[in-house]
Amino acid sequence: MYPFAFQHTKNIKESVSAKNEHADAKYIAGGQSLIGVMKLRLDQPSQLINLGLIPELTGIRVEGNTLTIGAMTRHAEVAASADVRKCIPGLSQLAGLIADRMVRNMGTIGGSVANNDPSADYPAGLLGLNATIITNLREIKADDFFLGMFETALEASELIQSIRFTAPIKSAYAKFKHPASRYAVVGVFVAQFAGEVRVAVTGAGSSVFRLSEVEKALSSNFSADALEAIHISADGLNSDFFADSEYRAHLIKLMAMQAVNQAK
Amino acid sequence: MSIQVSMIINGKSVQHEVEERTLLVNFIRDTCRLTGTHVGCDTAQCGACTVHLNGRAIKSCSILAMQAEGATVTTIEGVSTDDQLHPMQEAFKTHHALQCGYCTPGMIMSAIDLVNNCPNPSKEDIREQLDGNLCRCTGYHNIVIAIQEAAKVMSPNN
Repeated sequence: MYPFAFQHTKNIKESVSAKNEHADAKYIAGGQSLIGVMKLRLDQPSQLINLGLIPELTGIRVEGNTLTIGAMTRHAEVAASADVRKCIPGLSQLAGLIADRMVRNMGTIGGSVANNDPSADYPAGLLGLNATIITNLREIKADDFFLGMFETALEASELIQSIRFTAPIKSAYAKFKHPASRYAVVGVFVAQFAGEVRVAVTGAGSSVFRLSEVEKALSSNFSADALEAIHISADGLNSDFFADSEYRAHLIKLMAMQAVNQAK
Repeated sequence: MSIQVSMIINGKSVQHEVEERTLLVNFIRDTCRLTGTHVGCDTAQCGACTVHLNGRAIKSCSILAMQAEGATVTTIEGVSTDDQLHPMQEAFKTHHALQCGYCTPGMIMSAIDLVNNCPNPSKEDIREQLDGNLCRCTGYHNIVIAIQEAAKVMSPNN
């Protein structure tokens, strides 16, 4: 790798002021995307600001039907948490399907969300559950957060502190994994709330997106049968040598049906 | 540029000046001279570099040494005690769960973590949970058998 500087920080305030001092610095959470990206020089920050030693960024808390997960909480912790499994089973399931076990032991929810990889799993969970992203500056609803490929509403030095979820009635995540990379070729998160169903898709577009037609159908009849007659258009979907847009469109419907069947 | 990093590796406190860009696997192999941990792909795909960081299996090619500041690291050299092989090493030996042996240190470190978190794994559990480790000799059949046998010794309540 190319040379760069590295700075430990003890708290959120120190991290943000370090970031403000260095225009092309980057926060490093678990580094499971960032280190690979830096090896390939797809990104070349001159300085890394380590978030790994900040206790206030970790932990899972449940209060009533509200679940809050600290930004530095590892995927494996979310997957193994009895609180998460009880409160939002679909989120627990999603965390256990990310990458492989070693990556899940290191990768963090905050890092994944801030990176907004078009094939990452967490963005589908957050958008499907309309989670609230809590930063050092403000609270941002998931609907306003994921703007495009690797693009979010975060300002230059803004730091995600935690993610807040409201428990739905039922939820599930269905993922068609790429056999080598384990990224989602298509991943669909379905969440049923009182009076509303939300469906979010990852892997199929330039960024995570919602499926209003499917949401509408499921709102009046929350069953896989309700999706039988729906046609998912391939227009604008990702197309590559592994899966063309028609195939991805087919997978969206299939994964949505699977998620509805599994929802609890 | 260099920076000080300290951690505990296999029960021993280590402290060295390293370049900030040093990956944990290079720190373990080149600085600490513990060459049991292998570099297979250097792209987070093969799992040959798997070590335990604070008790959990991670890929040491995918984190910086600096990210392990203050942590407890266990490598393949640290799992046996007093000339007694770890039950997982013993099972790999007994069931011929290695061919060329290159992936073996990572397989064993990953497998120990697997059994610690899933004390009584089925063959399906093992195959699913082992998806971060590649064996290019394709010796998975005996690896899966060895892990299941080791689990019986590691989790006596099974």
